[in-house]
Amino acid sequence: MYRILEKKVLGPQVTKMVIDAPAVAKKAEPGQFIIFRIDEKGERVPLTIADYDREAGTVTIIFQIVGKTTTQLNELNAGDSLLDFVGPLGTASHFDENVKKVAVIGGGLGTAIAYPQAKKLFHMGKEVDAIIGFRNKDLIILEDEMRQNSTNLFVVTDDGSNGNQGFVTDALKKQIEAGANYDLVIAIGPLIMMKFVCQLTKQYGIKTIVSMNPVMIDGTGMCGGCRVTVGGKTKFACVDGPDFDGHEVDFDEAMRRQQMYKTEEAESLRDHKCRLEGMANNG
Amino acid sequence: MAKNMAKEKVKMPELDPNVRNKNFEEVAQGYTEAMALEEAARCLNCKNKPCVSGCPVNVRIPEFIEKAAAGDFIGAYEIIKTTNALPAVCGRVCPQETQCEQKCVRGIKGEPVGIGRLERFCADYAMQHGYKQNTDVTKNGKKVAIVGSGPAGLSCAGTLARMGYDVTIFEAFHVAGGVLQYGIPQFRLPKELVKAEIDGLKELGVKIETNMVIGKVDTIDELKEMGYEAIFIGTGAGLPKFMGIPGENLNGVYSANEFLTRINLMKAYKFPEFDTPMKHYKKVAVIGGGNVAMDAARCAKRLGAEKVYIVYRRGEEEMPARNEEIHHAKEEGIEFHLLTAPLEVVGDENGWVTGLKNIKMELGEPDASGRRRPVQIPGSEYIMDVDAVVVAIGQSPNPLIKSVTPDLKTQPWGGIVAEEPSGKTSIEGVYAGGDAVTGAATVILAMGAGKNAAAAIDEYLQNK
Ligand SMILES: Cc1cc2nc3c(=O)[nH]c(=O)nc-3n(C[C@H](O)[C@H](O)[C@H](O)COP(=O)(O)OP(=O)(O)OC[C@H]3O[C@@H](n4cnc5c(N)ncnc54)[C@H](O)[C@@H]3O)c2cc1C
Ligand SMILES: Cc1cc2nc3c(=O)[nH]c(=O)nc-3n(C[C@H](O)[C@H](O)[C@H](O)COP(=O)(O)OP(=O)(O)OC[C@H]3O[C@@H](n4cnc5c(N)ncnc54)[C@H](O)[C@@H]3O)c2cc1C
Ligand code: SF4
Ligand code: SF4
Ligand code: FES
Repeated sequence: MYRILEKKVLGPQVTKMVIDAPAVAKKAEPGQFIIFRIDEKGERVPLTIADYDREAGTVTIIFQIVGKTTTQLNELNAGDSLLDFVGPLGTASHFDENVKKVAVIGGGLGTAIAYPQAKKLFHMGKEVDAIIGFRNKDLIILEDEMRQNSTNLFVVTDDGSNGNQGFVTDALKKQIEAGANYDLVIAIGPLIMMKFVCQLTKQYGIKTIVSMNPVMIDGTGMCGGCRVTVGGKTKFACVDGPDFDGHEVDFDEAMRRQQMYKTEEAESLRDHKCRLEGMANNG
Repeated sequence: MAKNMAKEKVKMPELDPNVRNKNFEEVAQGYTEAMALEEAARCLNCKNKPCVSGCPVNVRIPEFIEKAAAGDFIGAYEIIKTTNALPAVCGRVCPQETQCEQKCVRGIKGEPVGIGRLERFCADYAMQHGYKQNTDVTKNGKKVAIVGSGPAGLSCAGTLARMGYDVTIFEAFHVAGGVLQYGIPQFRLPKELVKAEIDGLKELGVKIETNMVIGKVDTIDELKEMGYEAIFIGTGAGLPKFMGIPGENLNGVYSANEFLTRINLMKAYKFPEFDTPMKHYKKVAVIGGGNVAMDAARCAKRLGAEKVYIVYRRGEEEMPARNEEIHHAKEEGIEFHLLTAPLEVVGDENGWVTGLKNIKMELGEPDASGRRRPVQIPGSEYIMDVDAVVVAIGQSPNPLIKSVTPDLKTQPWGGIVAEEPSGKTSIEGVYAGGDAVTGAATVILAMGAGKNAAAAIDEYLQNK
């Protein structure tokens, strides 16, 4: 069992938890992820390692409440335990020493996944421009953490409710045109956002790394459910990734594959909510 | 007891094909005591024991059957257990027709003795009668690590634990058992049974640490630093192969591993009681002709598919699956498209599978292996109307451990290089066996390899 040591609500749909998992903490690197299972009947769900503390033996996860499992996870509190917590999985992000200036882009919850990368690059002494975007100001997460781990921080909202209207691609373009000479762009967020960032950076010839989050089961290269097409070849995101060269990724295919279990996921969540309401009504 | 000279085996009671193809209950129901006695009486107790040489772990077949024939099923079980750690499993899944039973003299005129069925009966009998194994072992204080909890790892662990070693198994998944858990379906090998066998190992003092992906958490070197004096790698052959034909990444195309893992390990057949989903497809094509393909096809049927097809490029004789599984699959309504090779998975504009484009084959000249090579018949292409495709054309060893253990020698195709029969690898104190060494093979071969490695590890540590 893996105990939840700390829980913090970061936003309306986003929660952070610190988990007691020494074996994972010992080896974790930015770019890697874990897979957890809440109980005997649970699904295996992947989450990025948002932070880790080797000494304390803890791993931090930040998750968005989107479906049954994340809803259920959010119902747990400090002191409760998860049945399974396996990792670190995936290939750690590899940063070229020669890179000097990087734009780290986080779209919505992708910010949580981009955060450890920004932190690592910043601590390596790179110049880091962090560009994070949200639908509106209430959904902004990790602003302070990002500020502490970047040279410049730009926060944009789709609706302009934080006073800075635009998409992350607009902000990125502005910086590039203003002469920011990025050697590397790291873009993490919804597939559609990563696709557009890549279209933009391709025009400027800036190498771009994206993080792919396909449906996964084992996370060790055993099922092939997580396959993505990169440079015309099939790759398993859980072992070959999750980071890939964004200019090589087939985003349209990835978006189609993401839809695979839509109907079943909705059924599972509905079921869970009904049970909860049933319990509330009876209790 | 008088010999039973019947030409045929005592029939195995089975669930009706049209009932069982809608549920996940065990198909072959097992002998009753009377049936077991009757079948045991067919064994001639041959002096030269040809059957024994057909069994990879040399189960003392005539001896155990003699006990069984006398009604001493526990005694029979104990004899089996001296060479086979998982009789309840082997009795169910061994390809007996190419192993022990192939060598049985009764097979010359009629059917061989139902050795597997008797083995299964004795094991089930012992379990049902609360058989308690002797767990008195004198510990020698030496620590051995086993990576992977499939049949190879389990049998290595069990053998070493009995010798007094302090054994810890590290398993990547959240449950132990390897393919016995995630691959072979419930209706062929009930998971309760696998769990009971593993509990038996725990009683012997074997520790099992799940959720430990060796290579990602600790490496082989680190296990040594942690005080494990010898290590056995039994990580299996879990890397799925795809065909490389167009359309393989469409929605609705699965590797057999994913399909079976969702259903067996994650219990998607009980969705939404269990959280992992599986789509209920209407028409499913399964590509391949091995046990894995038969299992995937029979699972697809049980999930409610109206049509399930096996697509295999050679003929029925060449199919590597056990005869019993081919027979069961046919009874359950699986349709076989033999001498047929897939060319392309066809999809709609939203990326969902709508069909499988196949071409018919005919047998041409014999190839290097002596088998007549299938060649395409030009112009025979057709589209099979399906909404899902399961690719079951084989698995290879997972490169994960190798990738962080450069000193570990592997074959170009990924198999770990290990000496026969000791399982000794290129690294001192590190042994390997099972599918990780041979590529996808059988439960009993993996168990044999685990057992042999245990003996070699014992010798190594005694002399160290
Ligand atoms: C390597 C990796 C790292 C990830 N890191 C994080 C993380 O740090 N924080 C976080 O909140 N989420 C992360 N995810 C996504 C997370 O795994 C999914 O949100 C989770 O599976 C949802 O489970 P659920 O049961 O709550 O919802 P489900 O019922 O499974 O799904 C609900 C909705 O989410 C969509 N969805 C399902 N799976 C994914 C997915 N893999 N990616 C995007 N959308 C999906 C579905 O289409 C559906 O609309 C990561 C995924 C991967 C593969
Ligand atoms: C669907 C299917 C049906 C089959 N049917 C039959 C049959 O009827 N009869 C028969 O004899 N054989 C059958 N086989 C083959 C048989 O199951 C295998 O040959 C046998 O299980 C191999 O045993 P193993 O111990 O080598 O590996 P596995 O059973 O594959 O076990 C390996 C274990 O190692 C774990 N592992 C892998 N990497 C790591 C790591 N890095 N760290 C920790 N753990 C790790 C895996 O999770 C797994 O649990 C079938 C196989 C399949 C897939
Ligand atoms: S272990 Fe398998 S091969 Fe050996 S006797 Fe039993 S069924 Fe036959
Ligand atoms: S060969 Fe057949 S009949 Fe002879 S001992 Fe073995 S099982 Fe019995
Ligand atoms: S999640 Fe199974 S291979 Fe990647």
